[in-house]
Amino acid sequence: MSAPAVVAVADRNRLPDGPTARLRWAVADTVTLTVRNLIGYLRVPEALFFSSVQPIMFVLLFRYVFGGAIHPPHGSYVNFLIPGIFVQTVAFGSIGTSIGLAEDLQKGIVERFRALPMARSAVLAGRTIADLVRNVFVAVIITGIGYAVGFRVQTNALAFIAGLGVILIFAYALSWGFALVGLSAPNSETAQVMSFPLLFPLTFASAAFVPVQTMPSWLQGFATHQPVSVVVNATRALMLGGPAASLVWQSLAWTVGIVVVLAPLAVRRYRRIA
Amino acid sequence: MSAAIEVDGLVKRFSGDVLALDGVSFEVERGSVYGLLGPNGAGKTTVVRILTTILRPDRGRASVLGHDVVAAPELVRSLFGLAGQYAAVDENLTGRENLRMVGRLNHLARPVVASRSAELLEQFELSDAADRTLKTYSGGMRRRLDLAAALVASPGVLFLDEPTTGLDPQARIGLWGVIEQLVEQGTTVLLTTQYLEEADRLASRVAVVDHGRVIAEGTPAALKADLGATVLEIGLHDAETAARAASALAHVSEKRPRVFGSDIEIAADGGPRIATAALRALDQEGIEPLRFALREPSLDDVFLSLTGHTAEDGRPDEAVVPARAAGQA
Repeated sequence: MSAPAVVAVADRNRLPDGPTARLRWAVADTVTLTVRNLIGYLRVPEALFFSSVQPIMFVLLFRYVFGGAIHPPHGSYVNFLIPGIFVQTVAFGSIGTSIGLAEDLQKGIVERFRALPMARSAVLAGRTIADLVRNVFVAVIITGIGYAVGFRVQTNALAFIAGLGVILIFAYALSWGFALVGLSAPNSETAQVMSFPLLFPLTFASAAFVPVQTMPSWLQGFATHQPVSVVVNATRALMLGGPAASLVWQSLAWTVGIVVVLAPLAVRRYRRIA
Repeated sequence: MSAAIEVDGLVKRFSGDVLALDGVSFEVERGSVYGLLGPNGAGKTTVVRILTTILRPDRGRASVLGHDVVAAPELVRSLFGLAGQYAAVDENLTGRENLRMVGRLNHLARPVVASRSAELLEQFELSDAADRTLKTYSGGMRRRLDLAAALVASPGVLFLDEPTTGLDPQARIGLWGVIEQLVEQGTTVLLTTQYLEEADRLASRVAVVDHGRVIAEGTPAALKADLGATVLEIGLHDAETAARAASALAHVSEKRPRVFGSDIEIAADGGPRIATAALRALDQEGIEPLRFALREPSLDDVFLSLTGHTAEDGRPDEAVVPARAAGQA
């Protein structure tokens, strides 16, 4: 084993000397870490499972096992179901944000990043953007399986894409919430355990799989107005027809609200961990 | 020209009122290897975390290549490389991907990142494993990759936080060889270690750290000379015999014999000469030892000699023979 030759000082890059250069660094570092996180998702079987096999299982389960017993007020159950599956899958996927961050903390990788001359913001940005990219991939898979089991968009392609847009930015907001969970957990297992009790009521006590009217009255209030339901209903209106504007605005309000409250908390938590 | 690393009166208190550093000061000359030697929890890693801008000190100041770590953390981060006992490399990436990621995060130009990664993989004998994920790497390979990652940006200062802790002896000796070659090329190294042997082999100066304070500082040779170059261990039948033997042996070395139950230890410069003298003295008293051995001093011996407690338990001198580091002669 021989030691490496010392590289000339000229090979090293200068520190950013202004706001523009600084922003360029932050963008470059975010891209580097986004790619790193995406490679991780591709190589970890559990992550791939959550992104691909699980939504397919849910579609099949609700379409063919439970679906016959559920009667939506308008149209077919498969059309009612698929917008719900989109939202449920991206919501479950955000557990990946918390597990990924908790793991990086636990293994000392975050600490190592802090000792590199890189933009500090890139650690959280790279993680949440990787999750956004993963969710785009997830949306494509669900669209495919949805069409295979009989789902048909009732409006038009543009409205369908707008529906996916509403879901994806909502999922991006959720990632910040689960980033906070991941940064607060002592290890990745605990991060996972902490995430599920938050996600279950949000995804199942919602309009995602069944009409809210079938729930007991005490649950209906929560189930109608909580963010997952609002986003599911907005998506349904965009993909299947019906008055969408108010629901879309409510979805965006939830999305912005979650980011405004939870992103600064996550950033503060990240700064404190050292 | 100023020293490569200057540390002056560092104090760091953690929540729960743990005083991790209690006024640590030292200087590391450019192009030298400086060892921070001490047991777990002595504060070595806290010093490294402050110097690498991960932690802020409560009091005191520290600088790397003349730049204050609190005033100019971004600049300081572009000056050093860090590798350590946790080998903070990404398991899901290949060796090459890890090095390239660190190269990019150091904002090296893309062609430089690629050539530098290939060069380091070659030089650390990781070329064959370069395109496998780290899940297939052994502990020694991970440390080598971690060290390679610390060197991607060709830093002038290298921090090695317990680089060989937990490695098997063969991997440890391999890593020592690499570090020695780095030093020949002029890199300044701050090394923390629990192994006297490691500090002795690599460092030109050593600070012994205990409870957040530097309790001794100097060249390894001077520290060992203070201590005695070798330790004579004599096992006897019982504590009473040991006490008699200790008084018989009081003058064979400049250092006084220490009694641990039925065992005696004498730090000695003379080695075999002391052994002969000791055997003769015991014979005159009609004492027959059960065990009689010469060995190299361990970190425990340094600690016993400097603080009166062993490195491992951190408690005051007890009437037991201190546990020996594995592999000690």
